[in-house]
Amino acid sequence: MDFNLSEEQTLIRDSIARFVSENYAFDQRNAVVAMEHGFSAEHWQQFAELGWLSIPFAEEHGGFGGGPVDTMVIMQEFGRGLVAEPYLATVMLFGGLLQAGASEQVRENYIPQIIAGELQGAFAYLERQSRYEMTDVVTRADKDGEQWVLNGEKTVVLNGGAADKFIVLARNAGEQSEEAGLTLFLVDASSTGVQRTVYRMTDGQEAATLSFKDVQVEAVIGAVGDGYALMTPIVDDARLAICANALGAMEALNEKTLEYCKTREQFGVAIGSFQALQHRMVDMFGACENVKSLLLRAVCAAQDDDVDARRSLLALKVMAGRAGRLIGGEAIQLHGGMGMTDELSIGFFVKRLMIINSLFGDADYHQQLFAALVNTPASSAAA
Amino acid sequence: MDTRLSEDDLAFQVEVRQFLAEAWDKELAATYGNIATMKEGAEEWQTRLYHKGWVAPHWPVEYGGTDWSVTQSFIYNSERAAVGAPEVLPFGVTMVASVIIAYGSDGQKEKFLPRILKSEDWWCQGYSEPGAGSDLASLKMRADLEGEEYVLNGSKIWTSYAQYANWIFCLVRTDSSGRKQEGITFLLIDMDSPGVTVRAINTIDGFHHLNEVFFDNVRVPVENRIGEEGKGWTYAKSLLVHERLNIAEVASSKCALTVVREEAREEINGGKSLLDDPIFAKRLTDIEIELMALEFTELRALAAISEGNPPGPESSLLKIQGTELQQAIQELRMDVAAYYSGTLQGELTPAGLGHGFADTAQKLYFRGRASSIYGGSNEVQKNITAKYVLGL
Ligand SMILES: Cc1cc2nc3c(=O)[nH]c(=O)nc-3n(C[C@H](O)[C@H](O)[C@H](O)COP(=O)(O)OP(=O)(O)OC[C@H]3O[C@@H](n4cnc5c(N)ncnc54)[C@H](O)[C@@H]3O)c2cc1C
Repeated sequence: MDFNLSEEQTLIRDSIARFVSENYAFDQRNAVVAMEHGFSAEHWQQFAELGWLSIPFAEEHGGFGGGPVDTMVIMQEFGRGLVAEPYLATVMLFGGLLQAGASEQVRENYIPQIIAGELQGAFAYLERQSRYEMTDVVTRADKDGEQWVLNGEKTVVLNGGAADKFIVLARNAGEQSEEAGLTLFLVDASSTGVQRTVYRMTDGQEAATLSFKDVQVEAVIGAVGDGYALMTPIVDDARLAICANALGAMEALNEKTLEYCKTREQFGVAIGSFQALQHRMVDMFGACENVKSLLLRAVCAAQDDDVDARRSLLALKVMAGRAGRLIGGEAIQLHGGMGMTDELSIGFFVKRLMIINSLFGDADYHQQLFAALVNTPASSAAA
Repeated sequence: MDTRLSEDDLAFQVEVRQFLAEAWDKELAATYGNIATMKEGAEEWQTRLYHKGWVAPHWPVEYGGTDWSVTQSFIYNSERAAVGAPEVLPFGVTMVASVIIAYGSDGQKEKFLPRILKSEDWWCQGYSEPGAGSDLASLKMRADLEGEEYVLNGSKIWTSYAQYANWIFCLVRTDSSGRKQEGITFLLIDMDSPGVTVRAINTIDGFHHLNEVFFDNVRVPVENRIGEEGKGWTYAKSLLVHERLNIAEVASSKCALTVVREEAREEINGGKSLLDDPIFAKRLTDIEIELMALEFTELRALAAISEGNPPGPESSLLKIQGTELQQAIQELRMDVAAYYSGTLQGELTPAGLGHGFADTAQKLYFRGRASSIYGGSNEVQKNITAKYVLGL
């Protein structure tokens, strides 16, 4: 039993923590979010120089060859500072999919560019009707001679405004919600027929609705018709990443709330001296500990490719969603009127937690996946 | 044991429905619902109510109120909420007017009450201060008597809609020598007085409603004091238990729940309506069952009042449960909106995104966090219930 980080992982954690404390004070973050695309290009370059953008990539492409623990460490620290740079979209999702399925040539072209901080990417999977069912895809991919052509629309594409390239999930065969017949395509954002409508999310990050009209793709990622199987482990890595991010945000909220309750005085005493509030803060602390435990459980299982991996991951996503809501709601409540303002960071953390809850499916949705998994008799599960 | 409405009550219900069908039209709803034109919308709505004689139903008839029974008030509120029409903003009609009627001078009644009825004045409430929230009695804003004027220095915070108001009613400190509840005075202050400034507070719902109001040597004539100097706390407290008939807002919550149910029905996940999702169905119906209970708790409280018992600390429970249910419904609606609950659609993107309700859902969710904070936080309400209802 060893829950300690390696020396390298500790170094990464400490360097991100330092970055956050130097660059992500409340006013600094507001300034970053107000920038074009909602993040700082300068910070992104700094991430490249510090090697953070290389961490999940294989060594043969100039990466660090990191695993789930490394991802956890990075995303958790980012969560504590509510870091706005699009690590999830560009590195985890876009980069993860390239690494998992792109041709050697495409990987050699683009992964080094991601690592150098020169390429922004986004993963466009969601459609307006699909809700949380990622297989519910009507964007069409048709073959015109040797060339694949896309038609359709994708919504809430994170980092869709800044992305130079997208990976688009489209249907080349099969029924609307079938797993088979989905394919991933690399599309240049400046291709003819691509239109993007860019907007902000409540936590300040940018997203876009993309429409495709006879858009010629740059490359197929993975085998045709096999996109869903290819993306599933990458989306699972991203689930782990956002839960780590959520944990960081919850820890920060708990610290801020605790600090506030120790200093805010009413009736001549610190409000933290009221038992009614003390019990609530204990519950917030407990919820955070639960998320941390399931995160470590899921990370360890993912690292060892354990049979428990998926069960732990689904449990984690449920818990992170519920705990995030509890902690977010209580943080506002215990701050009283101050919690309602944009003059403290509380509301921004709460918004990030709410977005994370809905990403890739909310707590209720994941609980149903969890139920389907654990309630299936072992014999038929094996079949 | 009978909760059926009488013939007269049924006739009244028909009258209310007819009035609302005409008076609360789509155009007015849109004006009121838009932050840029909300003030106009509120004034127009109040004016229509005024012409019907219903803008201040709880006032004594002699000042322009009605003689509605408790049941009639209940019917009116239910019907109003069912069509989505708002309650009249409480600061003038309910809050300051109750104090003026109970403790004001004849001159104050003559001056202010007609103007409130006709929406000629917009009032805001200046109680809370940066250091005095739940512990309101520790307020510090000073009022020093100089001849026939009080000179005010200090600030008020969380003042809802102060940016629209031309009058503010304040609790101020005129004496700090005794108990903190003593030495508090109730003043009516013209917002146009020199030395009053208003600062907007940006809030998490992105909607400007909160403000901080600063007073720098503001002079207020003594005739604008309510009752006696140093009795302000007593006056304000009586106002707090006053007119809490609608505090649980059950009727609005019922209406909101119906809306969420219909939105969820349209929401399809993997070919299945969200309403058929067992987890969602449980959450929705848990709320509905609690709402059914609360509706009758409210009716029981109303019946007690109509039998002549004054509204008591029981209203705290109505407030706690009412706001918890409002918040649960708001949260559920966010989950119906799924990904779109996190997008800032506003005017930025075409309604083409679908899920047009997501924007409203999100604003209501974040604004709704405040309902368990203002008007005495839910923790403070629980303290009151523990002490005065349970005797702990
Ligand atoms: C949207 C909004 C509109 C408002 N409008 C107005 C207005 O128009 N005019 C006006 O005067 N005020 C207004 N208020 C102010 C409101 O009344 C105060 O916010 C409220 O009294 C709480 O005070 P506070 O914000 O200072 O929080 P605090 O009193 O500092 O409370 C912080 C936390 O401590 C808890 N707490 C405090 N005391 C106790 C205790 N004894 N036991 C257990 N828990 C406790 C509270 O419940 C809360 O969770 C408004 C507030 C909001 C949010």
